[in-house]
Amino acid sequence: MSELKTLYKEGVWVNNPALVQLLGLCPLLAVTSTVTNALGLGLATLLVLIGSNVTVSIVRNWVPKDIRIPVFVMIIAGFVTIVQLLMNAYTFDLYQSLGIFIPLIVTNCAIIGRAEAYASKNPVHLSAFDGLMMGLGFMIVLVVLGAMRELIGQGTLFDGADLLLGPWAQSLRIEVFNFDNQFLLAILPPGAFLGLGLLIAAKNVIDAQIKSKQVAPPEAEKGPRARVTSLT
Amino acid sequence: MKLTMASSPHNHSHKSLTRLMLSVIAACIPGLIAQVFFFGTGVLIQLVLALVAVSIFEAAIMLIRKRPVWPALSDGSAWLTAVLLALSIPPLAPWWIIVIGCLFSIVIVKQLYGGLGFNLFNPAMAAYVLLLVSFPVQMTAWLPITDLINTPIGFADQLRLIFTDFTASGFSLDQVRAGVDGLTMATPLDTVKTDIAHGLTVTESMQKPIFNEWAGLGWMWVNLGFLAGGLYLLKAKIINWHIPVSFIASLAVCSAIGYIASPGTEPGTLFHLLSGATMMGAFFIATDPVSAATTNKGRLIYGALIGLLIYLIRTFGGFPDAIAFSVLLINIAVPLIDYYTQPRTYGHGAVK
Repeated sequence: MSELKTLYKEGVWVNNPALVQLLGLCPLLAVTSTVTNALGLGLATLLVLIGSNVTVSIVRNWVPKDIRIPVFVMIIAGFVTIVQLLMNAYTFDLYQSLGIFIPLIVTNCAIIGRAEAYASKNPVHLSAFDGLMMGLGFMIVLVVLGAMRELIGQGTLFDGADLLLGPWAQSLRIEVFNFDNQFLLAILPPGAFLGLGLLIAAKNVIDAQIKSKQVAPPEAEKGPRARVTSLT
Repeated sequence: MKLTMASSPHNHSHKSLTRLMLSVIAACIPGLIAQVFFFGTGVLIQLVLALVAVSIFEAAIMLIRKRPVWPALSDGSAWLTAVLLALSIPPLAPWWIIVIGCLFSIVIVKQLYGGLGFNLFNPAMAAYVLLLVSFPVQMTAWLPITDLINTPIGFADQLRLIFTDFTASGFSLDQVRAGVDGLTMATPLDTVKTDIAHGLTVTESMQKPIFNEWAGLGWMWVNLGFLAGGLYLLKAKIINWHIPVSFIASLAVCSAIGYIASPGTEPGTLFHLLSGATMMGAFFIATDPVSAATTNKGRLIYGALIGLLIYLIRTFGGFPDAIAFSVLLINIAVPLIDYYTQPRTYGHGAVK
């Protein structure tokens, strides 16, 4: 039980793939212009992550160490293809609006990172739960960032949710503000970088507040910082 | 040669931060007067708006950071940012443009990085770029100079335009911008660029009523105003000569080479120096002591690179003017420039 709790904490907060590991930033920055896109890609990544973690964990004792990375990539690519075909079949409009970023899930380092760091060393049920939690952590960040950008950029939330959830979801669209002019920067890539930076800053502030409330444990020794330029 | 030896206690230069910042603001006055004269009192309205907005934002963020408000506010750096931003945006832009710009420059670009002295980028220019990228329509709606406007508008109407988008008689900004021939006129840099793209030569383009012999009507005087202010800053030893001189020299050399290579499609040196925000950029923006290079050799390189980029973006880029983009791009290179231009410590060997 405590292992599951650790995995939950690690995936969603302490070791969040997007906010702490900063992995898989390419889709994170590219598709979060609306909540719908973010949710679509988050779900796709979540499914791939669970599938690949389970499979990698099943085959972990038969894969030779030397060729494990290509094998993991093949497994991930297989799941991405499945998800891509599913989205093509059932959510075609969303499939078109996400475009290249669905096949690009293969190259999302968060997924291969979990395969290598966790699933290849742990039993199936834990790996599956780890995949779920890491995927959930990634998806939450995607959705929050998407909501921020959509809200600031065009003043709406869940615009185009029917692409993902079917026609009934049109009523989900909320118009919070009505702008005459879109705030283009929030929708353009710089908005994604700024938004992610603000989210990371917010997480650090919350962490610092939690830490200051607890009794300070002895400081762990920090690793050496990588300098870009030397002092001399 | 007479050598004077200075021993401690050294004389204090009596230049407090507040004094420095207020002097720079004061040096903006000639340029400001020229801008008000040619583009109307809208500039002053924007200035007041900006000053109020930055004061509120700076005070708010200092309260959030649990730091004393008045010392941060009274050092004048936020006010200088406000002045530079207000002088950069079109005088009749809607009020929320400048408020968003002030919010971004103070809260994100300056205070989130740690406040004055820690910002990597020039706050006013970062905000300008944010606005230009986000609201291209409003940010390029420069009025032609007052003499050329079909329906010149007074102070009250300018106030209405900024706050309600319409004058008392119901004209929108686009209608007010229309010139004597009923066509909306762009800035000189924009006009030349568009005309060249349409196959006209520079000489043909400069027949238009917005030009005089050398540069844009009005814009020339605005630039000369900032030049005068800049020379005062140099004389008062508030800025060093390195950045403005290398900035202007680099832009002049590049545009001269361009003019020699292709006189038909290149407006030439004088036009580049007296158009857009060249002089303001050279003396007031690139010289920002926080985000500029700090060694003398580095300053020369820094200024020259900005000049080069301005020429390249103006000539080959998508935007008519390029001060803000160039300054921000070279701001990124400042740590590298500083690292490679450290002066040799006296008595020690050359830097390896």
